[in-house]
Amino acid sequence: MTLHQTHTEHLDSETGKLGMWIFLFTELFLFGGLFLVYSIFRAKYSAEFHVAAAELNAFIGTMNTVFLLVSSMTVAMALTAIQKGERKLALFLLLTTILLAGLFMLNKYFEWSHKFEYGIYPGSPVLKNMSHGELLFFGLYYMMTGLHAFHVMIGMVLLSINVVKVKAGTVNSTRFLMLENSALYWHLVDLIWIFLFPLLYLIT
Amino acid sequence: MIMGNETQVSYLEYQGRYKGIWSWLLSTDHKRIGLMYLYAIIFFFFVAAALGLLMRIELIAPGRTIMEPQTYNGLFTIHGIIMIFVIVIPGMAAVFGNFFLPLLIGARDVAFPRLNLFSWYLYITGALLGILSQFMGSGPPDTGWTFYVPYSVESATSVIWALTAAFTLGFSSILTGLNFIVTIHRMRAPGMKWMRMPLFPWAIYATAWIQVLATPIIGITLLMVIAERVLNIGFFDPALGGDPVLFQHLFWIYSHPAVYIMILPAMGVVTEIFPTFSQKPVFGYGAIVISSLAIAFVGYFVWGHHMFTSGMSYYARWFFSFLTFIVAIPSAVKVFNWISTMYGGAIDMKPPLLYAIAFIFLFMIGGFTGLILGSLATNVQTHDTAFVVAHFHYIIFGGMGFAFFAGIHYWFPKMFGRMYNNTVAYVALAFNFIGFNLLYFPHFIMGIQGMPRRAYDYLPQFETGHFISTIGAFILFTGLIIMVWNLRHAARRGAKAPANPWHGVTLEWKIPSPPPHENFDEIPEITTRPYFFGSKDNN
Repeated sequence: MTLHQTHTEHLDSETGKLGMWIFLFTELFLFGGLFLVYSIFRAKYSAEFHVAAAELNAFIGTMNTVFLLVSSMTVAMALTAIQKGERKLALFLLLTTILLAGLFMLNKYFEWSHKFEYGIYPGSPVLKNMSHGELLFFGLYYMMTGLHAFHVMIGMVLLSINVVKVKAGTVNSTRFLMLENSALYWHLVDLIWIFLFPLLYLIT
Repeated sequence: MIMGNETQVSYLEYQGRYKGIWSWLLSTDHKRIGLMYLYAIIFFFFVAAALGLLMRIELIAPGRTIMEPQTYNGLFTIHGIIMIFVIVIPGMAAVFGNFFLPLLIGARDVAFPRLNLFSWYLYITGALLGILSQFMGSGPPDTGWTFYVPYSVESATSVIWALTAAFTLGFSSILTGLNFIVTIHRMRAPGMKWMRMPLFPWAIYATAWIQVLATPIIGITLLMVIAERVLNIGFFDPALGGDPVLFQHLFWIYSHPAVYIMILPAMGVVTEIFPTFSQKPVFGYGAIVISSLAIAFVGYFVWGHHMFTSGMSYYARWFFSFLTFIVAIPSAVKVFNWISTMYGGAIDMKPPLLYAIAFIFLFMIGGFTGLILGSLATNVQTHDTAFVVAHFHYIIFGGMGFAFFAGIHYWFPKMFGRMYNNTVAYVALAFNFIGFNLLYFPHFIMGIQGMPRRAYDYLPQFETGHFISTIGAFILFTGLIIMVWNLRHAARRGAKAPANPWHGVTLEWKIPSPPPHENFDEIPEITTRPYFFGSKDNN
């Protein structure tokens, strides 16, 4: 039965990671559809996208970028820590990651509600009076950052499960696939933001 | 030689942690999940087929026959949604892929058994949402399965339910594809190099990549339509600066490759059948592998041929038409391979082989008429006519459907450990084949004469065609009932099947029928390419 054992061994690390990588590709394609729509409308209404993008607060965007980049680092460090058997440190780093994700969401909340105050939300009368390009820009802004924020929340749930598992010792220095995959997912969330940020905030 | 012990408990009788119905609903055994998909698909297939029959009854004569126009619109929509998203897209891969992929590559299960069960639940949820859409809110959706904007945004019916159903089913499809890719990469038996893998797994592999890479696009597109309806964003609304043709592009970027999600596993199934019933190695193993991958790859870049009349640049139309002709080549290569496999073989004309031959016949009619639709000039004449309906059904039902029937007759003894009645199977096949052609062939002629698709009523000159078509629908439906009755009867009372009733040589025939819970006692060592019929061991 040695053959069977090698099979299950594969299941633990390489197989699990391969599955995660393929899943991440599907996520890229999911956002890819939105990027495609963005590029088409941007080409069609570049001047109006320019005006609309100036409305976004690049400072808040930059802050959020920093939060996510640092959180990507802390989650990677958490993985290294657990691999080296430093449970306490791993827990600390994981909680830091979740905290940074929370700060990102908090920022997003203020940013969105600020826009709402000005009456800029999908289907609003203010938006309807704007030019087509601006209207579509904000439509894309809400759709893209909304879908991204949803992924941030899933990531936070995943990381919280990891906190519980690290505490319980089921994620440890010999079994850390769950944490590794969650970290991969978190990097994807970060990566997508790295593209969203310049497309929405910087290219004005 | 039969590996494993004949007295082993089969997967059908195996008692795991749970008893009774829960031993199925909570089972992570790929074989049980495959059967659960099979039962669900048979159920939904008969629901959708009955809806189709009602549509045919309505169309038997001009004017109102049994229903109102709005009911008819609802019927062709839900018929399409169930048939496409619930049956043919998951169908082959979920039933035969689940059951036979691990067996054919010498594995004990798929890579992620629990994810596999989760996919099934997502699938059932999506299918039920589709059914629920008929009863929720303001009436059955009436957009057609393509959900074209602007109508899908404006329609007062419960389109959101149907969109959510399709989204959920897509997610299930992605996870199944992911599971199969990883399974094929990581779980092949020792010695089974890529070019030693049987051809059904190859077909599943090509399919799985399309599932993984194309399905997210429909996911986001459906989400955008939901956002349009709920939030009024304007992506597809010209009044707000959006573009309805953009929706068509996004929709077909997925939905054309989806056709290959349907047909590639079907091709894989018949590729297993031809060598077995000819007792001869498959002709051109490498060519079949390459053509599967080529179909999956080129199939990505032909979506525009659904939109020749929607408004595209001349060069775009030229490009899409050219690639449509290119993608026909690998399909034709496969047809040559199947026929050459039979050439000079010891042909045993059992029901699976007859179904497979019927598949080639119908698939070729569907394929050639596809080229008529893919040519720029003839497309203008036939676009959105009954010709499209006929072409489509020849590919999907004549192709994928008949290949499914071939597959179920081929693998039935392995799945249930029983033999079905051959005579009844032949009778059912005759009904199916004749009924099918009577049902759909008139649509080619009516289409060229100008009969539009999805029409509730028609001009008197189409009466004969519609009359013949409805007669065909009844014959086909009868054939389907005979076929399912035969198999159901066999599953309970059929004669016990030997391990290898057809003298096949792939791995699934080397274990008992039905297979034991763990499939293989010892994982076999693979030393050659598949389909060697030389050794006496196989008989």
